[in-house]
Amino acid sequence: MIRIQLPYHLQNLGGVGPEVTLGLEPPYTVRTVLTALEARYPALRSAIVDVHTGKRRPLIRFYVCQQDISHEGLDHPLPAAIIEGREPFLVIGAISGG
Amino acid sequence: MGKVRVLAGTRKGAFILTSDDKRRDWKIEGPFFGGWEIYHFTGSPVKPDRLYVSQTSSWFGQIIQRSDDGGKTWQQPGTPPGEATTTPEGFPKAESNKFVYDTSETSGAPLTTHMWYDGTPHPWEFKRVWHLEPCLRDADTVYAGVEDAALFKSTDGGRNWKEMSGLRGHGTGKFWSPGAGGMGLHTIVLDKSDPKRMYVAISAAGAFRTDDGGNSWKPINKGLHSKYIPNPTAEVGHCVHRIAMNPQKPGVLYMQKHWDIMRSDDAGDNWYKVSGNLPTDFGFPIAVHSHEPGTIYVVPIKSDSEHYPPEGKLRVYRSKAGGNAWEALTSGLPQQDCYVNVLRDAMAVDTLPSCGIYFGTTGGQIYCSPDSGDNWCAIARDLPAVLSVEVQTLS
Repeated sequence: MIRIQLPYHLQNLGGVGPEVTLGLEPPYTVRTVLTALEARYPALRSAIVDVHTGKRRPLIRFYVCQQDISHEGLDHPLPAAIIEGREPFLVIGAISGG
Repeated sequence: MGKVRVLAGTRKGAFILTSDDKRRDWKIEGPFFGGWEIYHFTGSPVKPDRLYVSQTSSWFGQIIQRSDDGGKTWQQPGTPPGEATTTPEGFPKAESNKFVYDTSETSGAPLTTHMWYDGTPHPWEFKRVWHLEPCLRDADTVYAGVEDAALFKSTDGGRNWKEMSGLRGHGTGKFWSPGAGGMGLHTIVLDKSDPKRMYVAISAAGAFRTDDGGNSWKPINKGLHSKYIPNPTAEVGHCVHRIAMNPQKPGVLYMQKHWDIMRSDDAGDNWYKVSGNLPTDFGFPIAVHSHEPGTIYVVPIKSDSEHYPPEGKLRVYRSKAGGNAWEALTSGLPQQDCYVNVLRDAMAVDTLPSCGIYFGTTGGQIYCSPDSGDNWCAIARDLPAVLSVEVQTLS
């Protein structure tokens, strides 16, 4: 099971807690994880990947195993620690704006 | 006994304020969608418990929320929780947060570019919904004004949105450029006497009108003078902040521009200035008394560089003559050390016999006058910065 941690506002939007788990079949990429997340929680659709552009929203970042993979593209493969659920996939919103 | 419901959009959520026809004691509910910018919160005049919200965030994008029970429960109309996101055949279902510019060959207009702040061409990019305007005749029909400026329409209660591309594609679009707050279609006025006629206003392109239900549009900016643009009387390029109309007198429009209060007596074909004796004619909102079509209200602020009331005195100005002769309304409003602003969508009127006027400030107050502006009181003092105010008069 893949663990995903979400920022506060997306927890409220999706009606979920700080961390959700998803069962997923290969391939294991950023794109497939987010697609599965949106399928399970439709209220989150377009909140992380803009449905109009197909790109990560600029004020959102992705971290895996303490590495920022935000600029690696949505088809970036996920490491074994994420796939096996030992580490969470972090979706982080920029801390800015007031 | 009548009841009034004020719908307030703020920087940190939506609020509902309710009172009886005395408008003295208010119950405040919220925040709904706490922490999110609510650009607009409004209700259907056909089914008052049908409410629509534009919930928007620079982080997470655009969400349309709908309530069918006066705000008790909410849903995104396109994707109810738990429902499958595709049809049994695998096609994607409605997504109420999708605003896609129509560039199809049959009905759309080429996306091309609009003008950027520096005069260079810039691609059209959807950012957010600025304003929702429910249809006067059908609860499931609602219009959305968006940034980058375009007009969308839903006929299924917000599930699906289709661009009314005749506006963006009528020919002047490439000359539209953004105002300081972005290039938003912020005002939609529907003509109660003619279902095929509607008006929109765009910062900073100007005002436009359709007479055929949105298929074709024309700029209606003749008479506007904007000294800060290369051609001060150009067909488009004027920063129109707001337009308003009393349904009893269709065709008489009032405009708050980036400087100047303007009036048209011929549905926007020609405008003339009615700023008169105002201390300053810069501001954002403008509203019309619900029973007196010639009584209008503005909230002047010092200048385009200083968005706060002159002399620190929050004054609403009223003209009972359709402009030119204005009186300051101050009873119950702070007359010193007040430096709030009132945004363009943050003023509204109710339709009770003694017309109530309401406005919300960037300081988080919502003021109400139950007697057409003679006296005011704060019905909420400590909300987040108010972005929009609408009022429903309920029986």
